[in-house]
Amino acid sequence: MKIALSKIAYARSGDKGDGSNVGVVAYTPEGYEIIKQQLTEDRVKEHFSSICFGEVVRYEAPNLLALNFILHDSLGGGGSESLKTDAQGKTHGLGILMMEIDVPDDFAVSN
Amino acid sequence: MPNREKVLIANGQGFWGDSILGPVRLVNEGPLDYLTLDYLAEVTMSIMQKLKSRNPEMGYATDFVRMIERVLPQCREKGIKIVANAGGVNPQACRAAVADVVKKLGISGVRIGVVEGDDILADLKLLIDGGEPFNNMDTGEPLAPYLDQVQSANVYIGAEPIVEALQQDADIVISGRATDPSVVLAPMMYEFGWTMDDYDLLAAGTIAGHIVECGSQCTGGNYANWRNVPDMARMGYPVIEANPDGTFAVTKHENTGGLVTVETVTSQLVYEMGDPARYITPDCIADFTSIQLKQDGENRVAVSGIKGAPATDTYKVSMAYHSGYKIVGQLTVAGPDAVDKAKLCADIVFDRVAMDGCEFAPDERFVEIVGTNVCHAGIAAAPAEPAEVVLRVGAKGNDKKKLERLGMEIVPLVTSGPPGVTGFAGGRPKASDIISYWPALMKKDKIKCTVSVEEVK
Repeated sequence: MKIALSKIAYARSGDKGDGSNVGVVAYTPEGYEIIKQQLTEDRVKEHFSSICFGEVVRYEAPNLLALNFILHDSLGGGGSESLKTDAQGKTHGLGILMMEIDVPDDFAVSN
Repeated sequence: MPNREKVLIANGQGFWGDSILGPVRLVNEGPLDYLTLDYLAEVTMSIMQKLKSRNPEMGYATDFVRMIERVLPQCREKGIKIVANAGGVNPQACRAAVADVVKKLGISGVRIGVVEGDDILADLKLLIDGGEPFNNMDTGEPLAPYLDQVQSANVYIGAEPIVEALQQDADIVISGRATDPSVVLAPMMYEFGWTMDDYDLLAAGTIAGHIVECGSQCTGGNYANWRNVPDMARMGYPVIEANPDGTFAVTKHENTGGLVTVETVTSQLVYEMGDPARYITPDCIADFTSIQLKQDGENRVAVSGIKGAPATDTYKVSMAYHSGYKIVGQLTVAGPDAVDKAKLCADIVFDRVAMDGCEFAPDERFVEIVGTNVCHAGIAAAPAEPAEVVLRVGAKGNDKKKLERLGMEIVPLVTSGPPGVTGFAGGRPKASDIISYWPALMKKDKIKCTVSVEEVK
């Protein structure tokens, strides 16, 4: 079934130069396997296609059940140059949680 | 040998402008050995240089001095020491202001330590001539052509000089641009006798510092599951219970609001993260992929297993340089047809300034209609017809006069545009400086930090 990422993970984001970092953390080890598989750099780049105009780079921290994404060129010029309301990418974390992911029909959601 | 078996360290300030309630409550609401405070963001340093250029007695976090006035009597009573990077670009002026407060409060025997040496603004040219190109870490460009535009230049210094000040019995340590985690790591190094070779321990203290550096962002603030966070108004600030072996617990004082769980702590661990395996500070390289977290009772998370590696031979340098101007003005546009009217308003502004000789090409125009899903553009569906929107219109550029001309055409829309335009209370916007960030590296051996500790007489 398709569910919102927010059902199995939480997130936080902030600025990193001219881009943002988006940390996504699964509530459970089973959830981590799913986000590790489905949250590819390409998928995240496509999800933020109206916000992120640069490369998306992914890092893994399995001990934390976390993936970390760097969204280059996503702030309209760095934190202090940008005219955008969200010049620091503070809301990108909630943005990624709106992504639809595929889970088995009997998957226990956490949230 | 450690001085003691456990040290309680709390961070009460995440940036200059954070609530004074943090430190005030931390010293009031529970046991504590060290109160740390982080005041410095990248752009803060350039603001402080500007304040110092206008008044040589300024250029530090003035909030810190007001905070000291409120908490010092209790800190003395409870034996709480204070470590803060409040010195900004003028640690000695900060020291003098704090000393005045100590005298005013009539408290005797207070020793203030000052850590300096991070401010290299005056030496930039010499350093460049001596072979430090300060290549921009993002673009690779050398700094030399931009030298005249540089507003501030500070090396991110580590915990060592702060430890030295604590060894000289400082009760309050004021530093310049020490990194956020270093102000938390330093008390652990001092109390537990950790040295610069104890990489795993340094990494543990660094990660403890990272967890608490944004205050209540690890105790339930900015947490995705905000409905689960009790009593947010009285959210407790984080307290680290550190052990000599590098393990520690993240907790908060009893009877405070907020939430400390594996989830709230992990949320902060991933904040502003790059490569989790290599979190580089002047003190060490911390490996976030080694961290083990365990819920250890209510509002208490145990942290262990942390691995580290030796620090690099370079310091990161934070430079701020002037790179033009920006302007943004805003109006509220009420419905019906709020979005169409807001778009028309934006077109009118740019048409009118063009009629007066100020052309803005389409790609120079900034138009944002808040209420149409600007934060999650392309992700969430925009509402079909918002009841009202906020129009933000502006531009960036090197011609300040041209930008201010644009600013003058925003408020007139109230009487000369479509109906339902309001919310102009902010008045005519002004162009402001764009201060850009120039990250670079330089050899550590070219920096000498100095430490001075004196009792307030």
